[in-house]
Amino acid sequence: MSLVFAGVCSHAPGITGRAGRADPKVRDAFYANLNEMRLRLEATRPDALIVIAAEHFANFFMNNMPAYCIGMGESYAGPIEDEQWLAIRRTTVPGNADLSRRLIEGVLPAIDAAYAEEWQFDHGIMVPLHFLTPRYDLPIVPVNINCQGPPLTPLARAYEFGRALRRACDAQPERIALVGTGGISHWPATPDSGTINEAWDRAFLERFLANRRQELIAYTDEQTLRDAGQGGFEIRTFIAVAGATEGATGELLFYAPIPIFAVGCTVATMRVA
Amino acid sequence: MSLYYVQKLLYQLNRDPAVRSRFGSDRGGLLGEYPLTEEERRAIEDGDIGLLYVMGVNGQILMHYAALIGQPWDVYIEAMREGVRRYGPVRAGLYSMLRDRRA
Repeated sequence: MSLVFAGVCSHAPGITGRAGRADPKVRDAFYANLNEMRLRLEATRPDALIVIAAEHFANFFMNNMPAYCIGMGESYAGPIEDEQWLAIRRTTVPGNADLSRRLIEGVLPAIDAAYAEEWQFDHGIMVPLHFLTPRYDLPIVPVNINCQGPPLTPLARAYEFGRALRRACDAQPERIALVGTGGISHWPATPDSGTINEAWDRAFLERFLANRRQELIAYTDEQTLRDAGQGGFEIRTFIAVAGATEGATGELLFYAPIPIFAVGCTVATMRVA
Repeated sequence: MSLYYVQKLLYQLNRDPAVRSRFGSDRGGLLGEYPLTEEERRAIEDGDIGLLYVMGVNGQILMHYAALIGQPWDVYIEAMREGVRRYGPVRAGLYSMLRDRRA
């Protein structure tokens, strides 16, 4: 079939792990929109879900850091973090190794992606799945873009990766959903944790939802680091989703800074043209 | 400075139950397998989150080490602030670039 769904959402560990400390009104509105995203995803009857994440030293380290990596496992375990700390129970999530292999083969003509048959999910994937596939019954194809350990892939390449992934999806018989997950501006796990540049986030989201490629890839890492923190490097996951939905625009379901979650909490869907 | 190996040890501690178990039972032997300076070794042994932050350990690695040694979130955040007050600005890694650019 092809790509049937695309969206983005936040994944910060505080979203589940520090849930009790957020303003309940804002938190519940955020959760309600994650639930709306789940309903929209389910309505497209996907056979598999690709999650483009920015993992945080759960599997990949500076001894051998791939710019792009696609999972090719039969199943995946997560979360790698302490269950109480993240407030998500450790579980096994199904994969689809055969679909993964076909997607990797479809991407490789354009992008030299690595692959991994072993992969432990961290909060970057488990928090989205907790809300979007709460029964952990939909086969997942995890994708990682290195957003943590510079040097990082250029933004134009992240867009190109999204394009390549889309071509690969459209060549498969399965109905495939795609979710990109990352923070926009944030300074997670540092003394500045809780700082959020809302104006920068909203300007980025406007470019993202209109899918204006040139404006999306115009940010330099120096600007992002200054205005959006090191967490802002995760815009690569959103930009890959924009690449996968090139020519289409999106709908913002929710955006609000929630400082105790250390991120501007975001839920959006992109039309799949 | 061997920031790379400090982070590598903490990374392996975070993801590998066998390394975690050795950290409890044979900490000296485990740390001896990594080329650490005396200061780095002491920071890990003492659980000095502030010093590890100032050395440049990435928070995505450090926050799990803090949780492992039983520090609640607010204590972890405050330990990093205290580290900067006591030991000075972040010396290396991503956050030293952040400081330079925000200064």
